[in-house]
Amino acid sequence: MSVMATTGDLLHVVTTTDISPARRTTGRILIWGSAALLAAVASAQVAQALGWRDFGATNWRPTLYAYCTWAVALCWGQVLTRGEQGKRALFILPAILFVVSLTVFPLLFGLLIAFSDWNLSSPDGRQFNGTANLVQMWSDPYYWNALRNMVWYCLAIIVEYGVAFGLALLLNSQIRARKFFRVAFLLPLMLSPVAVSWMIGKSMLENRFGPLANLGRLLGWDNPSFFGSDWMARLTIMLMDAWTFIPFMMIMLLAGLQAIPRDVQEAAKVDGAGGWRGFWEVTFPLMLPVSVTAILIRIIFKLKLADIIINVTSGGPGGATDSVTSFIFREYRDRSNVGYGTMLAMCYLVLIIIFMTALMKLADRFARPQT
Amino acid sequence: MTETAIFRDSAADRTFRAGWWTRRVAVYGALTIWAIICLFPIYWTITTSFKEAPNVMQGNLIPWVDFQPSWKGWRALGLSPDTIGEMSTPRLEFLKRFGNSVIISVTSSLLAVILGACTAYGLSRFSYRWGWMKNGDISFFFLSQLILPPVVLALPFLVLYRELDLHDTRIGLIAIYTLSVLPIVIWIMRDQFAAIPTELEEAAMVDGLSVWGAFITIILPIALPGMVAAFILSLVLTWNEYFFAALLTSTHANTLPVMVASQTGSQGISWWSMAALSFAAILPLIVIGVLLERFIIKGMAAGAVK
Repeated sequence: MSVMATTGDLLHVVTTTDISPARRTTGRILIWGSAALLAAVASAQVAQALGWRDFGATNWRPTLYAYCTWAVALCWGQVLTRGEQGKRALFILPAILFVVSLTVFPLLFGLLIAFSDWNLSSPDGRQFNGTANLVQMWSDPYYWNALRNMVWYCLAIIVEYGVAFGLALLLNSQIRARKFFRVAFLLPLMLSPVAVSWMIGKSMLENRFGPLANLGRLLGWDNPSFFGSDWMARLTIMLMDAWTFIPFMMIMLLAGLQAIPRDVQEAAKVDGAGGWRGFWEVTFPLMLPVSVTAILIRIIFKLKLADIIINVTSGGPGGATDSVTSFIFREYRDRSNVGYGTMLAMCYLVLIIIFMTALMKLADRFARPQT
Repeated sequence: MTETAIFRDSAADRTFRAGWWTRRVAVYGALTIWAIICLFPIYWTITTSFKEAPNVMQGNLIPWVDFQPSWKGWRALGLSPDTIGEMSTPRLEFLKRFGNSVIISVTSSLLAVILGACTAYGLSRFSYRWGWMKNGDISFFFLSQLILPPVVLALPFLVLYRELDLHDTRIGLIAIYTLSVLPIVIWIMRDQFAAIPTELEEAAMVDGLSVWGAFITIILPIALPGMVAAFILSLVLTWNEYFFAALLTSTHANTLPVMVASQTGSQGISWWSMAALSFAAILPLIVIGVLLERFIIKGMAAGAVK
């Protein structure tokens, strides 16, 4: 997949930097000194948290500040000790520090939470409870239901892809007012899911006076109710999510279509493969790599689906529309159950990683040019 | 004047024309239908914000024909012509949320673009080695963050932010938003830098510029359109973000989506003011979408085509 490919030729510049021993020592002192400061502050705060000694800190901010100081010192120290190489490292070091401190630490911390019984509203605080959360999860029908819903939601992407491809083909054909249509088609993506769930989910689908309900009545649907039955509600959520994200796939596919050289299609036409056949035998195969990328990214976004569900149905009726994210959200909102919620999220992450890795391997094999 | 038909359309040509016309009609029909599907909800929101209760209940659609527009919805927000000069608590509330949204989304997008541009440039120009990790692995490490669902980070962050006293602060949200859009920025920018020939920097360095000097004075101006695209895409994503904002804020750092979501009161929904609020929340992005559409498309198309 194109995501993993490294591109661009590397810049090769030979530079000689003389680093005086004094400068190198300053750099080392800077790095290790700030690290020592961080260690000292952190251990002092741990000591306070364990109740050994009171340093008068009300929160963990001092440790945070010490950590930031250390991060800055580390970056600066790179330049001091390693000269030119250090300056190069400076390009990626801040981002690495930022991402590691904001994902790896919380993930490790999350693992700790996941194996404990922790209700934020109860005064007991965190209690280690081993695998009790796992056992509870195994017999939680609502979680499995949410996972099953995610499968349905992901399958809906196939239809979205079809519609998006059709729209991209339309936009790529010889039409007037192309810019108007492109802007109009793009707009749903720009709208906030919360506003969408209000505008469409609550207002337009209101079954007494909403315009879509009126339209349904006009078309002979006696009692339009969009969230009445399980499947109807699920379908409505799928449609609303599709409405928001079809433009996204459409744009990617349109970019792919525009990258196909004109002469390829003309050659196909000369060879007698016009219209339908030309599409299936020339355009579609050429579009495979773009399609795979678009669908993979769409799946990644789909797996995060929550905002619309939280705001329109909050999972109802009876959990029929719940996605994993919205289910965990309510687990926290309604019950403040941090420990159990985190365990559910961690399991979801593991499932996603397995699923996405398999899918990317498969896509890689599938989309490779078949020559 | 008598016309002699020198060229006469054969029967086959005439069916071709008919086919061409039906195809035109089908294409424009499909385009129009989809344009209506895309635009009608926005139209509905705008008109609803000018309706009164009976108009909403009757499902009236067209102003001045079906119903008489009124400022009721906007008055509830303190933004109608007759209330704009007076003090109004809802308006202060709205402006506060609006300000929060602007500050948080602009700052985090800027941060993400700065961090992401440096990282993407470094990864596209130099070879790094950090333990067993090389450039490809580091790239993958950043891009794999995209897969991480927000819900996994949400609860640990909630607890961490409480301990760090960052709960309900703008800085907390800015940090997590920057994190969430960083992979996308890196993805877009990597493409941009890969398209710029390295001879440019080599020439600049021969002229005596340092690595960073060449990056800032030579490369960044060339990559500016890509950076704008990345910035706008991040702006859209962070402006609309709801999940983290709902979990990590309560009263001070609320953003607009949270305010919109919390409007469903106990005595039913006041549709008109909800519509006004929603419209005010989406208006900035509609403006951006209409004016800067080509940057957004550029940003999303990056990486799709190789």
